[in-house]
Amino acid sequence: MLVTLLKPMDGRISVFGADAASRPMRVRRMIGYVPQLLSADGSLTGRENVELFARLFDVPHSRRRALVEEALAAMGLTEPAGRLVKTYSGGMVRRLELAQALVNAPRLLVLDEPTVGLDPIARSDVWDHITRLRERAGMTVLMTTHHMEEADLYCDRVSLMHSGRVQATDSPANLKALLGPDASLDEVFRHFTGGTLDEDTAKGGIRDVRRARRTARRLG
Amino acid sequence: MTSVAPGAPPAVSVDYGPAPSARVGLAQLASRMVTLCWVELRKLRHDRTELYTRAIQPALWLIIFGETFNRIHAIRTPNGISYLAYLAPGILAQSALFVSIFYGIQIIWERDAGVLAKLMVTPTPRSALITGKAFAAGVRSIVQAAAVVVLSAILGVALTHNPLKLLATAVVVVLGSAFFSCLSMSIAGLALSRDRLMGIGQAITMPLFFSSNALYPTALMPGWLQAISKVNPLSYEVDALRGLLVGVPTNLALDVAVLVGAAVAGVIVSSALLPRLAK
Repeated sequence: MLVTLLKPMDGRISVFGADAASRPMRVRRMIGYVPQLLSADGSLTGRENVELFARLFDVPHSRRRALVEEALAAMGLTEPAGRLVKTYSGGMVRRLELAQALVNAPRLLVLDEPTVGLDPIARSDVWDHITRLRERAGMTVLMTTHHMEEADLYCDRVSLMHSGRVQATDSPANLKALLGPDASLDEVFRHFTGGTLDEDTAKGGIRDVRRARRTARRLG
Repeated sequence: MTSVAPGAPPAVSVDYGPAPSARVGLAQLASRMVTLCWVELRKLRHDRTELYTRAIQPALWLIIFGETFNRIHAIRTPNGISYLAYLAPGILAQSALFVSIFYGIQIIWERDAGVLAKLMVTPTPRSALITGKAFAAGVRSIVQAAAVVVLSAILGVALTHNPLKLLATAVVVVLGSAFFSCLSMSIAGLALSRDRLMGIGQAITMPLFFSSNALYPTALMPGWLQAISKVNPLSYEVDALRGLLVGVPTNLALDVAVLVGAAVAGVIVSSALLPRLAK
C-alpha cells in the first residue's frame, strides 16, 4: 500500500505529505523500493539494470551516466557492472537492487526483508552498505524483517506488528527497557504478540519491523 | 495504517512530480516506449539464440511449403505473381505473430521474479508500461521480419527496394505486433500462469494464421471463414505487407486504420488487466 501497488481499504497513508492512494505518481517519485524477492533482470548487465531505473525515473540524459556509475560505486558494483546479472551472487543482486532504488535519489527507501535468503557474509555486507548509505545520504529507510537482532542493531525506531496491527512502536532500547534490564528484542516481541506462534501468526507473516527516521533530509 | 516519517515537513514535496498534463503525459509515454525498446535491444544483443531459432520455422514455410505450392500452381494469385512472392509477406507476418503472441510470458516471468512490481512502483502509468512493452515486442518482430526479408531475397523473391516502403513495412509490423503482444499480455492478465498462457497461445496461433489471408486469398475461403478473416487483424497486416512488399493492389489506409485501432484497444484492455498480475 505504501508503495502504491495496493489501495488501502481503510485509513490513509501519507508519504512526505503526499497521499499514497490519490497521488501515486508523486509518491513513487519519492521512494525507492526493494522487494523481498531477488528481482533484477538476469538477461541484462548490472549497469543496464540500473540505467533502466534511471530512465524510468526520468533522470535527465545529461546526468544519467554519472548517477548510474555513482549508484553502482556506492554498492561496490563498479567492477562487475558489465557482466550479465545471471552470473551474480544473491548478495550482489541485492546490492544491485539497492543501486537501482538509489539512482532516483529517493527520500524514502522501502526494503522488504532485505536479507532474506542471503548467507551471513552477504547479509552483513548488505547491512554495511545500507548503513553507510543512510549516513551519507540521510534518507529515511523503512524496512520489514523477521530478525529481531537486525531490528535491534540497525533500526532507530521499531514497530512490532501482530495480526496486521502495530502492537508497539519505540526505539529498540526503550522497547527492551519495558521488560527489564537484560531483555532481548526477541523477548519483547514474544511479550507483545502473546508468545505462541499461533496459526494466525504463521499465516500472515506478521513480524514486521519498521524504522522511520524522523529527520528525513532531502538528498542533494 | 500509519503515516511514514511523521516528523517530515510536508511542504518540501512541492517540487516532486510534474503536474499531470496531456503534454507531459505524451512525453512520458514516448520516453517509456524508448526505454522499453532499448531494454529489448540490449537483451537481443546479449543473447541472439532466439533470433536464429525463430528464423527456422519461416525458412521451412518458405522453402518447403512455398516452393512446393509454387510448382503446382494450385493457388491463383493476384497480378500473376509467383506463389512464393505471394506467400513471403504472409510468412513475415506469421513470424512477427509468433514473436508477439507469446510476449505475455515475459510479463508473467517478470511478475514471478518481482520485477513487475518494481516497474510498477516507478512513475510509469500502467498504459505507458503496456505501450512500451507492446512496442518492444514490435522491435523484436522487426528483427525477425528482417530475417524473413533476407531469406525471401535469397529464394529469389523480388521484394521492394524502396526505402520508404520498407520503412512503412516496419511500421505495419510494429503495429501488428503491438496488437498481438497486447492480446498476449491480456491473456497473461487473465490466465496468470506461464503454462496456461503457453496453452492458450498455442491454441490460438494456428487458427489466427489459417483464418487469415497469409497462405491463400480470402476469395478462396468458404463464406464462414471469410467472415472470420474479416475480423482477424492478421489479415489486415498481411494485406498491408503484400501491398508494400510485392505491390499487389491493397487498401493500405483501411489496413493501417484497423491495425492502429486494434493496437489501441489492445493497450486499453491489457492495461486494465495489468493490476491482476501485480497482486
